[in-house]
Amino acid sequence: MERLADALSALPPAPEAWVRAAQELPALRGLLDEIVERIEQDVEFRRRAVADLEAALRAEGYEPDPALVAALRHRLEPR
Amino acid sequence: MPEPWSEDAALVARCRKGDDGAWRELVERFSRYVYAICTQGFRLSERDSEDVFQEVFARTYEHLGRLRDDAAIRPWLAQLTRRLCIDSLRGSRREQPTDEAEFDVPEVDVRLERLDEALDVHQALDRLGGDCRDILDRFFARDESYKTIGDALDLPSGTIASRISRCLSKLRAALEGRKPRIAASGESVTR
Repeated sequence: MERLADALSALPPAPEAWVRAAQELPALRGLLDEIVERIEQDVEFRRRAVADLEAALRAEGYEPDPALVAALRHRLEPR
Repeated sequence: MPEPWSEDAALVARCRKGDDGAWRELVERFSRYVYAICTQGFRLSERDSEDVFQEVFARTYEHLGRLRDDAAIRPWLAQLTRRLCIDSLRGSRREQPTDEAEFDVPEVDVRLERLDEALDVHQALDRLGGDCRDILDRFFARDESYKTIGDALDLPSGTIASRISRCLSKLRAALEGRKPRIAASGESVTR
């Protein structure tokens, strides 16, 4: 039983805000497409995004929440 | 009753069809596991853990359509999280050259194996459902007191200890035959 109890204790919930942000990824899809398109077309925005993505997003009026930034980084990385 | 991996496969298939509810369920199902790999397996800081956590689900969302085996989502997620944790550690030690093998230390493997085992138990708990799921999760994983649990579930707090004991027995019975390494112990709860 002790081992069962240890196993149950080993997985505490992740912070709610993190989970919510990840769950909202489908809703971010449209926004992601919009930002990627803008970065591809706007040389200055691209330069700033490469230097500091979060600051560049903020400067363009987007809220750089961690889920958006992570998804964007992944979309922008070279394939 | 379907096995967890077939439930995982069905969930991935629903996500691939654009079912946003299925995606929320998938994140809920694996969020603790990914979080624990970051914070316990690799002992990343809270900030680095959050970056890895979001990166894992962002990549998963993008790559779901290309998974070769839907039923393998769990090991795939574990591998991805592990790789991103190593990248994060490497990034935080950028000044010093590092080797991938540096992170393949036996202690990390032991910790990850323990988390894998814990996920088996949690999945069995999810399948138990009802009050037992809530009570055991609140007591062990959320570290709530008898009083908090009693208030939240509208149960007399004096009955919580015996309910925990009964629920653990039910959980052990549910695991028997599937995971003997967990079910075999006859020790009592000491918390």
